[in-house]
Order: sequence, then C-alpha cells, then structure tokens
Amino acid sequence: MNPFFGFIKKEIYHILRDKRSLIILLGMPVVQILLFGFAITNEINNVDIAILDHSKDVATREITNKISSSKYFSINRLITNEANIKTVFKKGKVKAVIVFEKDFSRNLIRDRKATVQIITDATDPNTANTISNYISSILQNYQKEQNKATPPTYQIVSKTRMVYNPELKSAYMFVPGVMTVILMLISAMMTSISITREKELGTMEVLLVSPLKPIQVITGKVVPYIFLSVFNAIVIVVLGIFVFKMPVQGSLFWLGLESVLFIITSLALGILISTLSATQQTAMMLSLMGLMLPTILLSGFIFPISSMPVILQVISNIIPAKWFIIIVKGILLKGVNMAFIWKETLVLMAMALFFIGLSVKKYKTRLE
Amino acid sequence: MKRIGFIIQKEFKQIFRNKGMLPIIFIMPLVQLIILSNAATFEIKNIKFSYIDHDHSVTSRALMDKFEASNYFNIVADFPSKAQADAAMQNGDVDVILEIPPFFERNLQKEKQSELGIAINAIDGAAAGVENVYINQIVQRFNRDIKVKLLQPSDLKLQPVKIESIPLFWYNETLNYKTFMVPGILVLLVTMISLFLSGMNVVREKEIGTLEQINVTPIRKREFIIGKLFPFWILGMTILSIGLIIAKLIFSIPIVGSLWLMYGFTSIYILVVLGIGLFISNFTNTQQQAMFISWFFMVIFILMSGLFTPIESMPKWAQAITEFNPIKYFVEVMRMVMLKGSGFSDISMQFTKTLAYALAINGLAVWSYRKIS
Repeated sequence: MNPFFGFIKKEIYHILRDKRSLIILLGMPVVQILLFGFAITNEINNVDIAILDHSKDVATREITNKISSSKYFSINRLITNEANIKTVFKKGKVKAVIVFEKDFSRNLIRDRKATVQIITDATDPNTANTISNYISSILQNYQKEQNKATPPTYQIVSKTRMVYNPELKSAYMFVPGVMTVILMLISAMMTSISITREKELGTMEVLLVSPLKPIQVITGKVVPYIFLSVFNAIVIVVLGIFVFKMPVQGSLFWLGLESVLFIITSLALGILISTLSATQQTAMMLSLMGLMLPTILLSGFIFPISSMPVILQVISNIIPAKWFIIIVKGILLKGVNMAFIWKETLVLMAMALFFIGLSVKKYKTRLE
Repeated sequence: MKRIGFIIQKEFKQIFRNKGMLPIIFIMPLVQLIILSNAATFEIKNIKFSYIDHDHSVTSRALMDKFEASNYFNIVADFPSKAQADAAMQNGDVDVILEIPPFFERNLQKEKQSELGIAINAIDGAAAGVENVYINQIVQRFNRDIKVKLLQPSDLKLQPVKIESIPLFWYNETLNYKTFMVPGILVLLVTMISLFLSGMNVVREKEIGTLEQINVTPIRKREFIIGKLFPFWILGMTILSIGLIIAKLIFSIPIVGSLWLMYGFTSIYILVVLGIGLFISNFTNTQQQAMFISWFFMVIFILMSGLFTPIESMPKWAQAITEFNPIKYFVEVMRMVMLKGSGFSDISMQFTKTLAYALAINGLAVWSYRKIS
C-alpha cells in the first residue's frame, strides 16, 4: 500500500480511538452555537432604570408611563433625592436615572420648553449610549404628540430603509461571527498538537525514518481533520439556518466550498503552531491564548473593524476569521456571488498556502 | 507542611525551566492587553457614506455639506445612479446611501415638505441604529436652519413645545471604551492563563507518567492540591499586578476604589479558576482532552461574561447560566471598584458567591483526585 495512505489511515485510527475527544470535538460546537446564538446580542431589553421626579404632574406621569410600557425598560424604583443616584449606581443594578425638573408641566405649557436629565451609568459606554438614545426618542415621540395641533412647518422627512436586516436583528450580525470563530478555533486547536504530540510521546522518530516527505506528513495530518471540520461546519450552518433563521440569499454550494477553504486555512495554522512548538503545553497555550482573544476581537465578530484605530485595522487583515466572516455575511445575507468575494477568497487561499509552506520549511527532519 | 514546600519548589522550577513557555505566560497576555484594548470599541465612526443627488440644487448641496462636515461620516462616493450605489453596498464599499429625489428643493419650498431616502447596511443592527441616529441629528439640525430661513411671520402662531433632554454619562463622561474594556480584558487574560495552566498540569504528569511517582510518596491529597495551586496563584496575581500598572500608566484608567479590596477579591477569584482547572485535569486522561474542555468552558465564560455584550440583553435561561460564570462576577467587581469606587458592602453579593464557588470547586477537586490510578 502507498505509505501516504497508510499514514492517513493511522491518523484516522488515532482520532477514532480517542472516543472522549471525538465526542467533545463534535458536541462542543453544537452546544456553543446554540448557547451563543441566543445569548449574544446587544439589543436592549428590560433595562432597570430609576426615576427622580421633582414635579410629579400630569406630563411627567405620562412620560413615565410611556417609558415603563416600552419593552426596553422596566422602572426599578422611584428615588427622591439627588444623593440617592450615586447609591443606586454603586449597587450596579440600575443603569440609568431620569430626572424631571421642578414644575415640568408648567414650564412646558408656559415657556413651551421643559428639561429632562438622562443620567446613565457609563461604565458600559455602549449600553449607556443606547439607553440615552432610546429615552430621547421616547421623549421626542411625546413631544410630537403634544405638537399635533400646531401647523406643519418646513421640513425634510427622512425615509430610512434598513437594508439586509430590516428588523435589526442582532442574530444577523452575531451568528455568522459565532460560526466562524468556533470553526476557526476548533480547527486550529485540533491540529496544533498533532505533531508536537508525536514529538513528546517519542513516536516522531518513527515518522522521521519513514519514507514520508515532510509535505506528506503535514498533509496527512490535515486530511482526516478536514472531514471532522466539514461535519462540524455542516452542523453549524444547519443550526444557523433552522434555529436562528438566517436567510440564505446566496448559493449554499459556494458557501460549502468557501467553508472547506477556511477549514483548510485554520487547520494549516494549527499545523504551523505544531511544528513550531516543542511541547504539547506550548502548542496548546499558543493556540488557546494566542488565537482566542485576537480572533474574537479583531475579526469584526463583535466589534466593527472600521471603528478601530488604523494600525489595528491593518493588523486585522492577518486574522483569517475576518475574511471568512465577510464571505459568510455576503453569501447568506447579501446574496452576493463570486464576483463580489473573490478578493476575500484569494486572501484565504494565500494564507493557507503560506501556513502549509512555512510548516514544511520549519518541519525538522532531525531530532535535537 | 514541609512537603507542600517541596512540591511548590518543583512546580516553580518546572515553570521557569520551560523557556518556550515563559514569553507565552508573561509577555503575550500583556501585549494582548495593550493591543486588544484598543480594538474593543462599539463607537461608530468613519461611516462609509455615499449619496445620489437627483436634484443638484442649492439645498441638496447644502445638506451634503453638513454630512461632509460631520466627524462621523466619511464620504466615499457620489453615485450617478441607484444601481451603482446598490452594487457598491453589496460589495461592502459603502454602508450608507443617501438618495435625494428630483424636485427636492422645489417641494420643500412649495409644499413645505420634501423626502429624503436613506438606505443603511443593517447587518450590524446596533451600528445601523446608531448611524440612523447620527443621520437624523444632522437632518434635524438642517430642518431647524431652513425653518429659520424660510419661515414667514404668518406661520408663527403657536410655537411648538419642546422637551430638551440632557444626557449625562456618569463615571465616563467621554464614553471612553478603554475605561470599560481594559479592566475586562485584563480579567480575561488572568483567567485564561490560570485556567489553561492548571487545567493541563496534573494531566500532563499523568500522560508523562510522573504522577505515579508522586502518588507513591507520603504526600496527602490536600497538600498535593495546595502545592499545585499555589504557584499558579502567584502567577495570576503577578499578571494582574503588571496589568494594573499598564492600565494606569498606558491607558490612564482611573482606579477610584480600594486596591486592597480588588486584591482581596482577586485572590479568591483565582482560586475558583484554578479549582476548575484542577477539576478538569482530574477527569481527563490526555492533555488534548483537558485542552478541549478548558477551551469549551473558556469560550463560554468569555462570551457570556457581560464583557462584550450585556447580560441584561440575554434571554432569561441564558442569564441563569451566567450565574455559574466566575468571570461575570470578576468583571462586575473590577468595574465597580475600579471605576465607581464601590466598597465592600456594594460587592458583598459577588464576594459571597465567589467565595462559595471557590470552596465548592476546590473541595470537589480534592475529593475527585485519586492517588490510586
């Protein structure tokens, strides 16, 4: 038999024999995508807020009712003086306090103008900003209702269309990201210890004296994992479509091909880590510590890349996940074809070739 | 007691002997802290903005100038047709398209009203919402200006009422994301190092076969566990301290609350993480399995900690799961103490839960460790 196929067979045996790892590898992505698909969202729901009402009149009561009837907020408590604001914030539960000035209604009617303070706990700036915007828009609606009687004046009315995601579901943003990050990390992790493991257990010597060329050893290590990862990818995509109702605007065939490409890139990165490290521990720390946070933070999965400092935007280009997220969103949500994503595809290909090439070059045919 | 000393000495020697690991333990987390803290921002700026002007009037030009003057928008193109604009959005070149219809100016003057079409790439729903707010702010300011210009005295019968809302952002007036992220990312890094190192530690000895040598020594289970935990506990505290110095010096993050309280909490928190690591180590046979399981929990802990997306937004069942997430408590406490200056009574709930967690998980780790293989 061809020694190369013999080698692949050995690798497959290794994988299938360790039942525990196999269950973990196939089960983990399912649990994670289900968990994260539901839990990771930055939509605001039922945020606890407090009201400090210095006037307690018709208008403030009406506004308070409006706020508490919206699904975004639940009014946690009414406080009576300014000093208490600090205390409720320090407890951490209340995220915003709305302060109505004295004689609110009277000011509104007589002076045609009244003031509301929206004090937010900005230790979480994003939530603070969103809360502030939502409350302002509730106030604006109230103002509009009050002004119904006054005649229309010159104005530009904007008609906004939210393209690709009319209901602003945060799943559309996060599900492709979760799919990518899980696929990337799990693939890279699987192969990252494959060669080091042989080094540490002493079986590397056997491989080195075999007629296999470095490129064959490396491909042989990658191939069985491609099947595992493709299986994972299929499960992930199916869950994404059926559980999280991701639309499929483009072609699933292309999504499949692109996924295989991305899997190969990630596995190759794992192999590269494997050839570079001496012990399993080093390899694991590199693939866990080195890849986890950068992939989560720099891929555009949660944080928009265009808002980052320029230098980080440049660095984000070396994160394979960034390119795959663009591809997945493009195919699933925008329905684009290859004409729109050839660039991202080429980048992933180049990365895969680079990782494999470097692994072959760094692969030591001698023991130290 | 003496026996604990020996095992601690052995662990320290093993940590410092592995030259490949030292930079991963000490340098990588700090580099990540410095770099990644800059990445984690939801602030929306440099919006890729484009427009289609079918009117080419003075008013439409004036409106575009307003967008050009804003810091949020980056005008990338001026499309002659809608088809071209749509293709650019598909390609990802633009995120906002503003369409000014024909007779924009004439309608405004004659009918007192004219329409403006806005298309926003809403895949990132939250960002789209914010972009929409920014656009409307500009349009409203523009409305105010034209009212002043075009309004006739006869229109001024009854002035509309106005509610002015004054947003105040406490503890972080400028909405600086780093203030929010640096303590959080530091927490993650300390946790990762502690969990991964302790998770792979005992199982490594199992795999190499040296665990048996320890098992035949007279060392007690309790002593063994303490001896294994202590070096990593020191490592975690060291990384935290260096991280705090970086937070203070490089990011000028205010440290309002008591350092003692922070260290007190951290010292218990790290015990929780190390306990989880040892527990994983006891139940696995190979480093590979230990690594997969630690990874599984770590990703869940990170993404469900409330650091990147708020816990309040999660569905109820997911919020219930976060009760078991130690990182959640650590992130909360670090932020409360560092940024708000909360005292012990404010964090007593997190403190009690973490302490109970530490006792339970380490109890389990000692209990599940078997000296007989």
